[in-house]
Amino acid sequence: MASSRNTSLSRSVDRVTGGVLGLLALVSGGMVLLILWHLFAGAWPAIEAGRLGAFFTDAKWQPGSQRDPQFGIVTMLAGSALVTLLAVVLALPVGLASAIFHRFYAPPLLERWNRRIMELLIGVPSVVFGFWGLMVVVPAILRIAPGTPGQSLLAGGIVLALMILPLIALTSQAALQAVPSFLLQAAAGLGLGRARTILSIALPAARGGITTGVFLGLARALGETMAVVLVCGNIPQIPDSLFDPIRPITSTIALEMGYATASHKALLFCAGLVLMLCTALLVGWISFRKNTADSAIGGA
Amino acid sequence: MIAIAGLFGALLSFVLFAWLIRDLVRLGLPHLSWDFLSGEVTDAGRSGGIAPILVSTLGILACCLGLAIPLGVGCAIWLSEFTRRSGTAARIITGGVDLLASVPSIVFGLFGMVCFSQTLGLGFSILSGGLTLACMILPLLVRTTLTALESLPSDLRPAAAGLGLSKTTTTARLLLPAALPGIVIGITLGIGRALSETAALLFTSGYSTRMPGSLSDSGRALSVHIYDLALNVANGGAMASSSALVLLALILVVNSAAVALSEHWLRRRASAP
Amino acid sequence: MLLAGCGGKESSGTIMVTGSSTVAPVVADAAKEYEASHPGVRIEVQSGGSLRGITDASTGVADLGMISRALKQDETAKLTAHTLAMDGVCVVLHQDNPVKQLDRQQLIDIYTKTITNWKEVGGNNATIVVANKAEGRSTLEVFLHYLGLDNADVKADVIVGENLHVIHSVVGNPHTIGYVSIGTASAEEKAGTPIRLVITDGKTPTMESVKDGSFPITRPLNIVTGAETSPAAQAFLDYLMSTEIHGIVEKHFFVPVR
Repeated sequence: MASSRNTSLSRSVDRVTGGVLGLLALVSGGMVLLILWHLFAGAWPAIEAGRLGAFFTDAKWQPGSQRDPQFGIVTMLAGSALVTLLAVVLALPVGLASAIFHRFYAPPLLERWNRRIMELLIGVPSVVFGFWGLMVVVPAILRIAPGTPGQSLLAGGIVLALMILPLIALTSQAALQAVPSFLLQAAAGLGLGRARTILSIALPAARGGITTGVFLGLARALGETMAVVLVCGNIPQIPDSLFDPIRPITSTIALEMGYATASHKALLFCAGLVLMLCTALLVGWISFRKNTADSAIGGA
Repeated sequence: MIAIAGLFGALLSFVLFAWLIRDLVRLGLPHLSWDFLSGEVTDAGRSGGIAPILVSTLGILACCLGLAIPLGVGCAIWLSEFTRRSGTAARIITGGVDLLASVPSIVFGLFGMVCFSQTLGLGFSILSGGLTLACMILPLLVRTTLTALESLPSDLRPAAAGLGLSKTTTTARLLLPAALPGIVIGITLGIGRALSETAALLFTSGYSTRMPGSLSDSGRALSVHIYDLALNVANGGAMASSSALVLLALILVVNSAAVALSEHWLRRRASAP
Repeated sequence: MLLAGCGGKESSGTIMVTGSSTVAPVVADAAKEYEASHPGVRIEVQSGGSLRGITDASTGVADLGMISRALKQDETAKLTAHTLAMDGVCVVLHQDNPVKQLDRQQLIDIYTKTITNWKEVGGNNATIVVANKAEGRSTLEVFLHYLGLDNADVKADVIVGENLHVIHSVVGNPHTIGYVSIGTASAEEKAGTPIRLVITDGKTPTMESVKDGSFPITRPLNIVTGAETSPAAQAFLDYLMSTEIHGIVEKHFFVPVR
């Protein structure tokens, strides 16, 4: 008797808890809609004026020109995409190698210290990275390629790679740590060497976690502002080489927002909206791929 | 081969970051002193200290964590314990949170300016900056808490249910303490992310270097101060480096405090009957 | 009694000042002094660009706006400008660059890429890297107005936002040409940053040549007010327009006007 009353009591407690937590979840999940709505409201004057077409058809971005105003953002979309891609290409091998080293080879003390340092580096403000890039990375590029501006796609890629390196290294390391030890022991029991075990057992098993890290890095790099604005050169163009300057969308918003007239401001909101939609597509695609990959592994 | 590649990667990342930190220390260390930490900002930051800025930064961080932790952890618990993960509601909310992770920080700044500062009438304030940052680190907290809860042994829950414990009790007494180390990692990552953010704060918590009297005052965060000194105040470079060193120390202190607090709490629970 | 009453009225309340990031540090310092001698007054200084100063002052969001240029014709209907200080815009090069002076036509040719090598203006054999300011910056408007160019004519290799970013770009790449506020450039040059302020059209960019009006590229740093100004804001404005703040203005390497 007492037990059944207890159960019904705990059921109603659970209902209340579930309701409260559900509400919190609803707020968390709905936050993005609030942001989208605000962005959309800010961008509306530009959309209403029919500028959205010009976004993709105009060749240049010169909204303040008296003589020939143009509103093309294709070059800046390309800039965002290229610099992000370059950053991931540079950061992934180094981050992964570092994670493998600290997971399988380093003594535990070194591993713990490394983790603390990486956590610290996530907190270095991007302006510090950007400033350092301007003082150290740009002159280094000029030594390799004299006669170029120095502030370039390559400089942006390197600085962004440094910024997302701790994120990729930490998440990869966590993913490798989560690989069940019986798998590794079984591999060792089969006579596989440590290198083989890592390559053919640990890495494939940790693929999901590593992908999550890469995706977090991608999102961080795409949205990064203060570092890229200092080292990319900010010329809206499709680069011919790694040494050409580029301009990501976030740079444009940061450079022009405080100085924009009403109609120009709406254009910048619009650019922010486009950037967010692109990132959302990327996120959607990756999580879709990841889900199918996970279920494929689960099914096997 | 793998060992050499791994060592190389680890060394390379270590050397690059050591280089960065060395440059910061070389420029910034000479100005560090107790007076720097406890003084008022004078001459636009070229002289004096950063006491009001430290206070504002901690205020912003407190507002941020005060909103983000309940929301994020609550959301993750609901997703993991109180609903079916494959259900429509859970999938929509997970999608929304993931989408939130992809919002560029400068867009958070625009959003915070319109939503908190203007629509809600908070103006340029520590509260407005903290709330904006809370939205920004929310996905990080949800994701890490969710991962921590999901990696708990799967037989915990049926065992607790067999003992007649309610879900609420199970979550509060068993699951959360067990998942705490994972949640703390998420919180430390969030703290790092929040303290390093500049773009989102320029438009929300503002520029004022006065010692804030309340959460509704405008207050300049350390990252914004570093930005202003590095790019806006002539001869501000050295003070920018000093402030960056202080920021790194602050992250170290806050992160260690979070870890120590969680360990202390776990020990006390373990020793309690 | 009467005096005390007046004092009480004007020395209370919060004054909001927003706008140009160039002017903001000066006003922030002045505000600190003013608050010390006027208990009860709080002055909120927020930076964010000249256009923000214009917008906030005309909509009444701010009591005073800060702008680092003269008012444009369509803006004078709503706003009144009060000049706080004068500033010049000068061309900066790296100290290792042997070019010491440039005239207006050479600058036009460099910024439109008619001249692309430093040896054409008496320098080393090296490609010129042109640094331009981002859309909407007052320094850009002042400089292009001097050259008589539209921003669409300028062919830049690097686009930057802040004054110090220009200087760091020049320091990072010695073949770069850029232009910045004379105040910022002098302060950095004095601190040992390896840059040179270029003689333009035969005039040396100094605070003196800005003061006597002989330097060709100058701009006023203005405080703007809207239709109505509260007594508290008016009192602070009077303070900003007085000779009392000359020390602060000069400390920030700008030129006092009175």
